[in-house]
Parts: sequence; C-alpha cells; structure tokens
Amino acid sequence: MHTKNILYTALLAAIIIGAGSCKKESEFLDVQPTNIFTNEQALSDPAQALSILANLYSRQLDISTVKSWQSMADFSESFPSQNGGDLDIVRRTGWGYGSWSNWDYAYIREMNLFLERCEAAEKLSADDKKRFLAEGRFLRANFYFELTKRMGGVPLVLESMQYDYKGDPTYLQHPRAKEAEMYDFVISEAEAIKMDLPADASVKSRASRGAALAMATRAALYAGSIAKYGVNTPQVSLPGGEVGIPAAKANEYYTKALTLAQEIIGGSAGAYALYNYKSDLQENFAAIFYDKGNNPESIFIEDFKLKSGKVHGFTQWNQPRFGAEEEEGGRINPSLNLVQSFEKLDNTFAPLPVKDGNGNPVYYDNQLDIFADRDARLGGTVILPGSMFKGRPVDIWAGYILGDGGIITGDDRGQLKPLPGTTTPVQIVGFDGPITGKEHTAQSGFYLRKYLDPAAGSGSRGTGSEVPFIRYRYAEVLLNAAEAAYELGQAGVAVGYMNEVRKRAGLVIPLAAGDITFDRIVHERRAELSFEGHVLFDNKRWRRAHTIWDGVPLTEADLLSDIGAATKRNTQPWALWPYKVHNPGSVNHGKWTYKVLKSSLVTGTNRFLFGNYYSFINNDIRSNNPKIVKQPNQD
Amino acid sequence: MKKLAILLGAVTLFACKKDNYDPPASKLTGRVVYQGEPIQLEFNQVPFQLYQYGFGKVGPVSNTTFTQEGTFSVLLFDGEYKLIIPDNQGPFLWKKNGAGAPDTVVVNMSGNKELDLEVMPFYMIRDHQFSAAAGKVTGTFKIEKIITDAGARNVERVNLYINKTAFVSGNGANYSIASASISGGNITDMNNVSMTVTVPELVPAQSYVFARIGLKVAGVEDMIFSPIVKLSL
Repeated sequence: MHTKNILYTALLAAIIIGAGSCKKESEFLDVQPTNIFTNEQALSDPAQALSILANLYSRQLDISTVKSWQSMADFSESFPSQNGGDLDIVRRTGWGYGSWSNWDYAYIREMNLFLERCEAAEKLSADDKKRFLAEGRFLRANFYFELTKRMGGVPLVLESMQYDYKGDPTYLQHPRAKEAEMYDFVISEAEAIKMDLPADASVKSRASRGAALAMATRAALYAGSIAKYGVNTPQVSLPGGEVGIPAAKANEYYTKALTLAQEIIGGSAGAYALYNYKSDLQENFAAIFYDKGNNPESIFIEDFKLKSGKVHGFTQWNQPRFGAEEEEGGRINPSLNLVQSFEKLDNTFAPLPVKDGNGNPVYYDNQLDIFADRDARLGGTVILPGSMFKGRPVDIWAGYILGDGGIITGDDRGQLKPLPGTTTPVQIVGFDGPITGKEHTAQSGFYLRKYLDPAAGSGSRGTGSEVPFIRYRYAEVLLNAAEAAYELGQAGVAVGYMNEVRKRAGLVIPLAAGDITFDRIVHERRAELSFEGHVLFDNKRWRRAHTIWDGVPLTEADLLSDIGAATKRNTQPWALWPYKVHNPGSVNHGKWTYKVLKSSLVTGTNRFLFGNYYSFINNDIRSNNPKIVKQPNQD
Repeated sequence: MKKLAILLGAVTLFACKKDNYDPPASKLTGRVVYQGEPIQLEFNQVPFQLYQYGFGKVGPVSNTTFTQEGTFSVLLFDGEYKLIIPDNQGPFLWKKNGAGAPDTVVVNMSGNKELDLEVMPFYMIRDHQFSAAAGKVTGTFKIEKIITDAGARNVERVNLYINKTAFVSGNGANYSIASASISGGNITDMNNVSMTVTVPELVPAQSYVFARIGLKVAGVEDMIFSPIVKLSL
C-alpha cells in the first residue's frame, strides 16, 4: 500500500475513534447492566412477575413439611427410627425456649418490596396486577400468621424500610403488635384480597379465594381459642397484649371463624369437597395426599414436580424398608399412643385388644385382625403390620413366642435361626423389624403412610416424589367450622360438619349433637390431621400443651386408660410389637399375638414449659431493637 | 527445622500473653433460702440471672440454675452485677419492685463472696421421715402453707419419688424409677401425710435408693422438695 494512503487511513481511524469517545461522562459510565433487570423491566411481563412471586412462594414457612421428616417426628406421635442425633427427639426432656422461633424479616422486606414495585409497575395489565398484588398480600399475611403462631405479636412491618445513614436507626425500630392485632391483620387481609383471587378449586399451588378464606378461618379459630382458653394459663400473657388475647373477644373470633369457613363450604370460593373416590376407605384417605390430578379437597399446597429439580425424598425416607427402591426408609414410626386413639366403628374408644379381660394374650389368625373395625384413617395414616405398600406386604414382626412365653428373635433384619426342636434355620424376625436400635425398621411396630407416594421410583434417591404438601384442605375447614360452632354453643351445626368428615373415614354411625364435647373436637383433629403440622399449634392455642406434655414418664397404665380424653398425657412414644406363636400342638400355633412396650431408647420425656408457649426472641434482636418486649416465663 | 521450632514457640508464647484475658476468678456462692433454711429444688430447672449494664446489649451475662439443694455458684469477673430470679420461675415468690418486675439484688464482686437469697415459698415440707421395708419406701411429712394471703395457691399434688441416683425428681425418665402421688384434694391432714411407693426391680441391682418428697403447687411449674435421703433396702 502507498505510504500516503496508510497515513490517511490512520488519520481517519483516529477521527472516528476520537468522535466516538467524545461522549459525555454521565452517558459513558451510565450503562445498563446486561445481567440484571431493573425493577421496571422485571415487572414488565406477567411471566416475569410470576417468577418473582414463585421465589416468594417457595420461601413460605411450615412447621411440618415433606421436605424434612424430622419436622413430623416429634411430640410422641412417632418414634424416630434413625440412629444418631435424630434420636434426641426421644432422649431429651423438653424443648428449648428457642424451639420453633423465626424472625425472617428479610423475607417480609422482600414481600413488601414486591408489593411496592408491583404497584408501581406500568406495563402489567390491570387484571394481572390485581392478582399479583393479592398473591403477594396473601403470602405476607400467611407468613405473619405463621410468625404469630410461634412468637405471638411481632412488629407488623408493611412497607420496605430504608436506612438513611444518619446514625440514628430508632425510626426503624418497631414494637411488637398485640397478638390480637396480628390475627386481625391476617383476617382483614384475607377479606380485602379474596375478590381479587380466582374462585377456582383447581388453583392449588398459587393463592386462591379458597386459600385466603382457609387461612382466615384458621386464624380466627386460633385467636378465639387463645382468648377462651388463655384464662387457664394467666401467666402466659404480657401486660401489653403482645402475648394473650382478652377472653371477651372469644365469641367474636369464633363467629368470624364459622362465617369464613361457611363461605368455603357454601361453594362461593370454588367447588371444594372431601376427596371420596375410592371404595377402600383407607386407600381413599391415603390418596388425599398423593392424588394430584383430581383432588377437590386440597386448597393450598406446596407443589413438587418430577424432573423439574423440585422433588422431595419423603417416600425414600419413610417407605417400608424391606424390598424398598433404596436401602433405606422407615424413619417415622407412628406411636401406639396415636394408633390406639383411632375410634372403633361404633364411635367408642378402646385400647387394641392385646389381652383379654383376664389378662391373657389374645391370638389372631392375621396380623391385621387386631386393628379390625376401626376408623379408616388409621390404615390411611399408618402402615400397619400385615398391610401392603406399593402392592407388596410389609414384614413387621418381632420374633417367635414359644409356649412357655420365651421369645426367639434376632438382632438383624430377617435373621435366620433354628426353632427349638429343629435344626433348619428359619426366619425369626421381620425384614422390617422391629428391632430396637436397628434404624429404618419399624421400631414402634408401625410405619407412616401419609404422604407416601405409590408411584414407581418415588422411593429412589435419583427420582424422588412429587407428592405435594397440603397446607390447607377442605376437611380442616369443616373441622374449623365444627369447633367454632361448638364453642358458640351451636352443637347441632357442629355435629353436621363433624359427621361429614367422619363418614368419609367410615364412621357412618352419626354422632348426635349431644355427643359433641371438647374432647371429641380435640380427638377429631388428631385423627384427621396428624402429621400435618397441627399438633403443636392446636395444643398451644388450647393451652393444653403443658398438661399433655408434662414431663412425667408415660406408664403403660396411663397409656391404656382414658383414650380419647383431651387431657391425656403424651410424653413418650410407645410401641406395639407383633409376635408369631410357635407352640406345636397348641391351637394357637402359627397365630399372632402382640406386646405393648416402650423402647429402651426412649429415655427422655416431653415437657412443655410455660416459657415454650411463645418462642424465644433472642437477645441480639432485643439489643438491636429495645422496643421488643421479652416473652413471658423465660429465662 | 530448629529455627522453625523456635519461631513457632515464640509465636505461641506471644499469642498467649497478648490475646487472652485472665479467666474470671471471683466466686459467687450462696443458697436460696426461706428464713435461713435452704429451699430444695429440682435439678437444673430453676434459673437465676446476672446482668451487667453498660455494654449496649440486653440479656443476662450469666443464666444458670440452682442445684437440687438450692445452692448456686458462679465464677465472675470483679465488678457490679444485678441478680434476679426471672418471673414465674421457682416454687416461690421473688420480691418485686413497684412496677411489678422482679426486683434486683445488687452484687458487688471483689474477690469471693457468699450470698443467700431470701424468697417466699408457697409451701414448705417439714419433718420428713423415710423408711424402707419389704420392697416399699414410705415417707411421712407435714406440709406447711407459707403464703396465706391473696397470693396463696392450692396444692395440686404431692409425690414421693425414688431413684437409683442422687438426682431425684419427677421429670424425665432419668430422675425417678417410681413414684407415688396424692392429689391436693385428697390430702385430709396437712400435718400428717404418708405415702408409699413400691421399689421396682433395680437393674443392675443395688442395695439402696434415694427418695424425696415433691410438692406441686397449682399453676406453678417448678415443684418444691424435701431434702434427698439415701435409704438402704
């Protein structure tokens, strides 16, 4: 190339570059990042807004959840069949004051920010915006409800707060609201947003009108019972009302709870109904929790989906160990305490017939016979010895019992030993145990059935389960209505709702209005809602927690008496072990018999202190915000 | 290598000098008493708290519990502390200030110190006597009602507990192997209460048990006890 041309080209290039670089400084530095959306961009499109909401949905808090088996294993309703630290559930003598506490104001702030930004968003259609805002408010109200159950009144922060960096943060410090104000907030939010949410029973993993109402009826019921039964524990209160609700408000809340529940029952929120599709009532009850396709019962769920990354291992952790898809399972072993509490079909309570009137053992042809003629929810909640899961029988039996009462058993699953008078080794203990200290065997004699997924692969680590966790369901709404009506003196109304729930469980002899007692209400919730995250909160709001978990070891006599009484002690999980009779020549040879026992691993007792009613607010929180008053009865 | 060892030694030496405070060395000991008599409590249940102000933090600097015999001991730095027994803890009333909050005892630590804390128990167990015969333990005692004014509370129940170890109370499987119980309503004569409990089989065998009486006051979480007595079987 000619030298002159090179020179001109270079000059031209310099000019071009120079011109380009002559931007104003502000323009040059103020470049939109390519990896972060602005608030406006993020909320410019409904799909995008929904993905932000999805994050907020996924951070809701549950006391019990399928994401953690330990979260369901406490309160003497089960024995934790896993060695190591999880056994502390039955080894400790109570709960720390910090148990169940939560103070996730980061989450609250993000919900507040979402609401503010969504309100300001210009490109969303009015309908979309209305629904998103209602969903955001639902999540916030539901989370405040969850905090209230655990902590009582907490600071009710409803806008994002910003520090001004002037050195004085006191304007950011909010005192705790009254406990009653928290419940009022939850109820009023639900009423304010319900018309903006779809009245559609098929909307389950997102907020719906039914979800808002179900949240509100439960909140009103909680508030009503705290007001009513708080008089039994006068020391569980604070002078400022942050803990405790005046007794005079009970009726108002119960009325509200009943009205809100009836709004769902009346059908205005969508076509909700009890799940009732299978003729086998036990299977039917179990299917409430795994049937996703056609389920009019669930109202608000945390959903899971196979191959999406959001699956859980609940089936893998709790499936019957023998022949399972993974060499593990069986962790939650429901206690005999719970199992025997299920009613007989004639609406009476009785211990399982282990011994006859003279104290002699009763013998059964089949393992399941001892559980015959009971509430179908027993077999729907618990895998009983002799029953099936995924089409194969479980192998739960503790050994052979001989004619002289001697026991032949082993210390490994399905162990072989020769029986007396023979030389050929035979199996002398079940492949599912029970064997004390052998983890993942049915150490209480039972496995959990609720939430177990019958789908192939659900028990394997690589696949997981997509069975949802149900946060609100129709049967609970009915029971809320029944309890509220009962407390308002309308036993006739209460019994109608109770009987609906009971009929589905095979208890077809209806109760009469006069049969409805507080004990019945308490029992019905336990039978229907066990392992669903109610046991702690229900017993807290009824102010019974310190009496049923009083730290006194549970004796066999205590265990077997007063079944169905609301005040019954429940401090340690008991077990029921099946034995096969080996007594050639006897009529009982080859039959089954049972023993009631308490595992030697159960060394602790549950003791609920007055200071456990409201969880500890730690000293850092109180140092940072001196307006936060301390919980009562704690040290 | 030798040099390295010397260097490491030097570093360790300096680190100890520079970084560490002397541990607290002043011992505060004492008892919780009624008219000079120690109040018998449950192991690790009744707390007392020491506060020290001026650090911009809330919360106690020491939060620990009385022994079964109603004694306590803590090691502290010298300085001024405030001691309380928190609300609704213990089978007794702790004095309150005008605002109804637990009144504080100012404790000035400068060397070791002994301190008795005077409280008003709801009841006291008096004249306890235990005997063991024929596989049974019998306890007789009197119940004296101390608080008789508007703050008085009823007896919910009394228990006779026995245990294999010297830790005896009702909570948890480790603290009693057997117990007898009488509810408050069934006590006819507070000056002469007698209870009997059968000693279960002791595994491994031992020739003695420990016994004590516990009294549960209605609406109060912590029980008040008699002293622990070792009984030969």
